[in-house]
Amino acid sequence: MAYAKLPRKGYEGVVLAAPVTIAYRRYSTQSAHGWIGRALRGLVEAAGITRQDIDGFSVSSFTLFPDTAIGLTQHFGLSPRWLDHIPMGGASGVLGLRRAARAVQAGDASIVACVAGDTNYVDSFRKSLSSFSRFAQDAVYPYGSGGPNASFALIASNYMRTYGAERADFGKLAVAQRANALKTPHALMKKPLSLDDYLAARMIADPIALFDCVMPCAGAEAFLVMHEETAKSLNLPYVHLLGAIERHNAHADDPIQHRGGWTVDIDELYAQAGIRPDQLSFVQTYDDYPVISLMQLEDLGLCKKGEAKDFVRANSFTFDGTCPHNTSGGQLSVGQAGCAGGYLGMVEAIRQLTDSALGGQVKDARYGIVSGFGMITYDRGLASAAAILGRA
Amino acid sequence: MVEPLLPPKRKNPLKRTRLPVSPPDIRSRQSHLLTAAAAEGRFGMPGCLECGAVHYPARDACPNCLSSRIGLIACSDRGTLAEATAVEVSNNVYFRERSPWRVGLVTLDAGPGVVAHLHADCVVRGRVKLAWTLDRSGNAVAFATPETPSANMEDDRQIREMTLDPKHRRVLITDGRTALGQAVAKALSAAGAAIVFVGIADPWKPFAGQDRLAAIAGVQIMPLDITDTESVRELADEIGGRVDIVVNTAEHIRPGGLLDRNGVNLAREELDSGYLGLLRLAQAFGPAMKFRGADGVNSACAWVNVFSIYAQMPWPAYGAYSAAQAAMLGASMSLRGELRSGGVRVVHIFTGPTEDEWFQPLPPPKVAHGQIANAVVDALRRGIEEAWVGDVAQDFRERLQQNAKALEREVGQ
Repeated sequence: MAYAKLPRKGYEGVVLAAPVTIAYRRYSTQSAHGWIGRALRGLVEAAGITRQDIDGFSVSSFTLFPDTAIGLTQHFGLSPRWLDHIPMGGASGVLGLRRAARAVQAGDASIVACVAGDTNYVDSFRKSLSSFSRFAQDAVYPYGSGGPNASFALIASNYMRTYGAERADFGKLAVAQRANALKTPHALMKKPLSLDDYLAARMIADPIALFDCVMPCAGAEAFLVMHEETAKSLNLPYVHLLGAIERHNAHADDPIQHRGGWTVDIDELYAQAGIRPDQLSFVQTYDDYPVISLMQLEDLGLCKKGEAKDFVRANSFTFDGTCPHNTSGGQLSVGQAGCAGGYLGMVEAIRQLTDSALGGQVKDARYGIVSGFGMITYDRGLASAAAILGRA
Repeated sequence: MVEPLLPPKRKNPLKRTRLPVSPPDIRSRQSHLLTAAAAEGRFGMPGCLECGAVHYPARDACPNCLSSRIGLIACSDRGTLAEATAVEVSNNVYFRERSPWRVGLVTLDAGPGVVAHLHADCVVRGRVKLAWTLDRSGNAVAFATPETPSANMEDDRQIREMTLDPKHRRVLITDGRTALGQAVAKALSAAGAAIVFVGIADPWKPFAGQDRLAAIAGVQIMPLDITDTESVRELADEIGGRVDIVVNTAEHIRPGGLLDRNGVNLAREELDSGYLGLLRLAQAFGPAMKFRGADGVNSACAWVNVFSIYAQMPWPAYGAYSAAQAAMLGASMSLRGELRSGGVRVVHIFTGPTEDEWFQPLPPPKVAHGQIANAVVDALRRGIEEAWVGDVAQDFRERLQQNAKALEREVGQ
């Protein structure tokens, strides 16, 4: 049946404020509820509001079981008129933002608390791997039980073979992120990392070696979404949402993933935001593995497909260098706190655009792109998303 | 190329035996479509019974037309190895103990991409043949081998984890008096078994084929009467820690239904050598085998029971015998469940009437004992759980699957 696709509406008037990070820990005895609760308190304190002012609540977590967002309303004494639960890993930040933004625009909620938090018990990572998805349980985990490391080894290996990228290219991003992280107080990785360290690290699943892998940990990230007028009334520093896209299970016929869903919608994203890629002051990619960051640099339009290796060789990626990238250190150096990993870039971008970075501050940052990627339920990451934020 | 597997060194009895742990064993119900295929060594992919499109992993609705009629669809088992990796750090104890473990993504000619265990000779971007095989948890896994067979292929250390290959293993055959037992001994010796223990009840009584049996390489005649609990225990005390494969060839065939027999003595004998015989063997040998499921090159790995097809659907003319076979089959399926956690697989071989004096009046085709013996070796080498030997058994199986009620009426006609 033929039908007309309605044009995308813009995100005029929608702003993000009150970036909150609850400092990560490698392991925690506290449940996800505790981490999310602390993030909520952080939001309330940062914005100078009460918990009753939060009338929209969006939660992302993998470790809330048996609860979902609704149980948390009673748990935290919230009575929102808009509620969402987005357990979509690395895409959680952008996805939560997109939905919250529309709720604010429609008047369904005035102040939406977007929170991602996960705990990490000593055995919870291993347990979550075997039951991450039905396809993983049936068709991935019984094959060596390497978890995402093994799955991304296949993707990385194919990417290297196809486009000629080398481990040193991946290493350059990891090393730059570590340099950024050394300025970030809550980053779990405190030691400097050299390219030699990176290259000499022990192999986990060829070609994925130790410093290609994130460290699972406990933590929480949060921000508020509201109308610009609300933020002004509250006297809060804020950033504009200029554009946002998501696309799931794209390119299903590619035998191995070498691109994500961004490629389908990226032109519309820049059109919606009214900027070009070369106007970006920084890039926050979802760095569960450096190879995925290379893929994003291409698919987000910073360079052509297959040319990320040249782009990597031509830039420095530190917060004070060219193409500042994952300026807090990213998950590779800060840690991967479950779904909070999908929020890390968003919260960092809000800080960079309000000159309130906890670590290295990008000078005169005007526009930033935040990319989300996640949910490798079988052989590829299914969710791709991106948002462009602008200085107020 | 895989180096030929050497016989294991003599075990140091002071060293701790590595306990069997299972690879991940939780699967969705739909993915057991593949377990059913692997159990019989068949290939196919989950697919749509309406539009015919195949997919993977197994789904509950077709991603092409959203039909919920999903089944196993026969298709080519060939493909290309798109990428490979070796998992050095695993989250599962089974794989940790066996790292690095090689896996890859196979793009099947039929379309879907399948994450698979890899034979060492599979090369990236090279052609492979994919099979569904049972892993040590008893669930189906995809295993890729080179499209063109390579030397010593069966000795690959990852493939040995899936198969039950008798090479270098020690086998117990429960009844060497019968032509079947002797044929199985010969076949397993030829297949590289290190020792073939052959049980003989009342060894002082001579029997046909005795000299030929004793002359088979690796054969050791042992006293064993499976109708005698003490006899079974005694043998287990002596060799129970060295038996890697049991092949239960016990048979006790007598004609007669329920009505044309007087009393239950004959039925009791049938149960004693069939159902109760299995029970005695299981209790005596089962626990040690379950304990030794990960004990190196010659780990305990398989328990083979040979059944008549009439275990599945009785033939009234041999009604009491059929019932005893059915009882044994039921017990054997439980044994399968109990041994699974030890990585020991229970194999069922179903055969039609054999060239046996007790089936003398029956018309051909009948199954030769050598055929059954070859089926036992083939099942062990391929690691399958169920085999139907000969044309009569194959035909019986098809009829059973299509319409069990029709088969009930047809048996013996």
